[in-house]
Amino acid sequence: MAGDIWALAEAWKGQVSEITYEMLALGREVAEGLGRGLQAVLLGHEVKGLAETLGLADGVLCVDHPALAGPPAEASCRVLGQLVRERGPTAILTPLTNVSWDVTTSLAAHLQAPFISFCKDAQVQDGRLQARCVLYGGKMEAIVVAGGGPTVLGILPGARPAEKGRAERTPSVEEVAVSLPEAPRAVFKNFIEPEAGDVDIARQEVLVAVGRGIQSQDNLALAGELARALGGAVCGSRPVIDQGWLPLSRQVGKSGAIVKPRLYLAAGVSGAPEHVEGMKDASLIVAINTDPQAPIFNVAHYGVVADALDLLPLITEEVRKVVSEKP
Amino acid sequence: MGDGAVPAEQMIGEMTLENFREFPEGRKVLTCIQCGLCAGACPYGEAMDYPPRRIIGMLRAGMLEQVFASDSLLNCVACYACAAKCPRKIDLTGVLLPMVKEQVLIHRPDMPSELQRALESKLRYGNPMGESPRKRAAWVKTAGAPIRIMAEDPRPADVLWFVECYTSYYPRGQDNSRATARILHALGIDFAILGNEERCAGECGPLSWEPGLFNTLMEYNMAILQKYSFKRLVTSCPHAYDAFQHRYPYLGFRYPLDHTTPFIAHHLERLKPMLTRKLDYTVTYHDSCCLGRHNGFYDEPRMLLQAIPGVRLTEMTHNRVNTICCGGGGGGMWLDTYYKARGYERLSERRVREAVATGADVLAVSCTYEVPRFEDALKVLGYDKKMIVRDVTELLAEAMEG
Amino acid sequence: MRILVLLKMVPDVVEELEVAPDGRSLDIEFLRLMVNERDDHALEEALLLKERYGGSVTVLALDAPEMDDALFTALAKGADRAVKVSDGGAGLNTRATASLFAQALSAVPDLWPADLVLTGCQAIDDLDGLLAPLLAHELNLPYLGLVTRVEVSGGEATLVKEYAGGVRGEFGVLLPAVLGVQAAERPPRYVPVARVRAAMKSQKIEAVPSAGEVEAVPVEVLHLAKPEATEHAEMLEGTSEEVAGKVCEVLAERGLL
Repeated sequence: MAGDIWALAEAWKGQVSEITYEMLALGREVAEGLGRGLQAVLLGHEVKGLAETLGLADGVLCVDHPALAGPPAEASCRVLGQLVRERGPTAILTPLTNVSWDVTTSLAAHLQAPFISFCKDAQVQDGRLQARCVLYGGKMEAIVVAGGGPTVLGILPGARPAEKGRAERTPSVEEVAVSLPEAPRAVFKNFIEPEAGDVDIARQEVLVAVGRGIQSQDNLALAGELARALGGAVCGSRPVIDQGWLPLSRQVGKSGAIVKPRLYLAAGVSGAPEHVEGMKDASLIVAINTDPQAPIFNVAHYGVVADALDLLPLITEEVRKVVSEKP
Repeated sequence: MGDGAVPAEQMIGEMTLENFREFPEGRKVLTCIQCGLCAGACPYGEAMDYPPRRIIGMLRAGMLEQVFASDSLLNCVACYACAAKCPRKIDLTGVLLPMVKEQVLIHRPDMPSELQRALESKLRYGNPMGESPRKRAAWVKTAGAPIRIMAEDPRPADVLWFVECYTSYYPRGQDNSRATARILHALGIDFAILGNEERCAGECGPLSWEPGLFNTLMEYNMAILQKYSFKRLVTSCPHAYDAFQHRYPYLGFRYPLDHTTPFIAHHLERLKPMLTRKLDYTVTYHDSCCLGRHNGFYDEPRMLLQAIPGVRLTEMTHNRVNTICCGGGGGGMWLDTYYKARGYERLSERRVREAVATGADVLAVSCTYEVPRFEDALKVLGYDKKMIVRDVTELLAEAMEG
Repeated sequence: MRILVLLKMVPDVVEELEVAPDGRSLDIEFLRLMVNERDDHALEEALLLKERYGGSVTVLALDAPEMDDALFTALAKGADRAVKVSDGGAGLNTRATASLFAQALSAVPDLWPADLVLTGCQAIDDLDGLLAPLLAHELNLPYLGLVTRVEVSGGEATLVKEYAGGVRGEFGVLLPAVLGVQAAERPPRYVPVARVRAAMKSQKIEAVPSAGEVEAVPVEVLHLAKPEATEHAEMLEGTSEEVAGKVCEVLAERGLL
């Protein structure tokens, strides 16, 4: 229906991503606030079967086309643009993830529509859609509204719990035929998987994470010692991987792995949103940072203001003592 | 150690490998007799493909390009050991090596990232930690004594205390600053600091590798110093002392200059009666490269330590002119990863072993780099329960009761 | 190969950010700007491509405080030309920035055509969208973001971009194209300050006026504030040894030891 709230589903490697359900939960609240319906939009090739999982939406607009195989890119943008022009939603929630990166802003550009980025929340105030956005790497938050026309919102992971976005019911699915006459100018060739044989950090129960605060590569050994003592593995935030101190397979965050270990011990990690995305659901988060204002303390369960280089060996020693004293 | 005005020709950045023959100090380099005393004295001599002797040989043979492509110079910690031994008195550390290091930096696409970050931070924020310049004087709030900041109260002062980076931002350095403030107050010294207007004096790292960065910092600091009126500049950092003593005169620096240790030693007669608490320590003193070997201040720190009741002084095997560098100079402060990756022993560890061998409880120092480096080395070697590291000023303050 | 690199200034978060009295913008008194970190990577990738394939790198930016330093630094690193759009205005929204860049490309002589336009894949102040796709749309060019490697052959580029979980994807794109760079193939190079100072003496930045108007901002900030931490960690205090002990207690309670 015109004026509906849309949520752009993200399908990755044959599955619907968690963020889709998070956005459906948020979208349902916003739709109710505006007295409108909620539509999920699912694009891809051979994805029809995934539509039934999107039951929180009133309906699913599904476009299944060979040109939409592979990761979302130019073709997805064109299709979405067509759909939006035809059906006039009020707002489209899109995932701010690496997978959907190339579609979100481009869609708004295609539609000459406003784009609101970094949304961690959205609500309806005085009959108007308002977004709460994270700016400057988490240092500020803004309440933002957009001018007329359909608004495209970039939704950060974690805006709502994914469970709230799932529903038992099967939604009605409308298959939409589209024409895609032009060949895309950017052609997907293949995926490059990370090197096999290394530790799969997503499977680890205990992770010791290092960030810029570890200062230099040879301090990694301190984290390694603790990880060994706890029976876990070392992982890192983006800056550590960029420097080449850890391989790509150890990166946690937006461009790396999403991990949910029983323990995530963050040493010298500031807690930038891109990293937090990757670890916020860990059962126990302990953070060590010299900066008491570090954003990591907002997501950690326990925190210590200290130099990780001093504290890590002490914790390791203590852990070894306790473990050796166990019967 | 007064003015020591330096002739204009010796400003770093002016003398280069193209034009050095036009300067007396530059021509002196060519009088090398290839004796190798420099390589023998160098703490990392065995690790270098090109110790100073070979560099001069390559220079004379027109083969310096090979030196630039080598990473040998990354092992030079600018400790003045070679210059101290040279029978020709060639200023290897101050003249030859910076010229060559500058070229190495230009020729090497892959500079160690820690050093790169430290240099970029010095340029942008005036300190190697990458902290905001507006936090440089934050430690003043915890000083425990009133400290006048020139920008807030620009009246003339007797002493301008140039605090420097580690002594402003680093927690153990702040301990040193608090102790210094306490001593200056006790002595009734009329002093002020530049506070957030102060930037790194530029000696370490910039002087060795980055003359352009050094010049930028020097120009900036001179402009700030010239805004205020003071009679003497006293600095907590021996590297800053070196810069003010030997480089800043080119831009007109004419102030009487002191490092805190010899400055306090001048006032020992008045300070001594205030050192009433007995410290039951056996202390061994580490001579710093800049303060000791390069500028000759060996006796002053020892005089201060011996004035503390209860302190027993013992000497390490290598002391005074033969001291072994802690490894922090010449950019070494930010090259530990680099050295470790190549399997070198850290100089700070080598030195700490010598210190522990004396049986002393306390390793006393006068240079702000030495505290973190030696404390780290003690931890790494497992001696941190046996020995502590204290700056001379910290020990003096500890001996002042009340 | 002709490569354009777009630079944008963003707030330097090493300084404390404060909200201006109007409650909806940043206080500018102590605000310091720096080049967007990802734009540094875009410049590095451009310089690497120039080293690999020959050609030229032109850096284009909107005027802002400390922009000249950044442009001379780019020239000292090896860029061939630096162009600054005056009256660009720092703090413009990204859509207006994209428009001004697009206008400059047609107004400034010998800037366009180019083979590649590189800019950082995102910036911390991109509230109203990413610069690269907005610009690509204005220029009607293909766009891809999160790029970490570029190779060029004939009129086509093969590039690698990031997805999640360490997975990357390879794309082929016809040139000219706009790419949002996530990371260059190596970290941004160091350039000696003496070189930058030499560039300031021997090279010039072309300053051009901004051409034409920019459309009204479609996105409005009603309120700006430091985030309230809805939750905060329980902070453990004491000496290092005491804290290490407390951490172990916590771990033991959760059966992790």
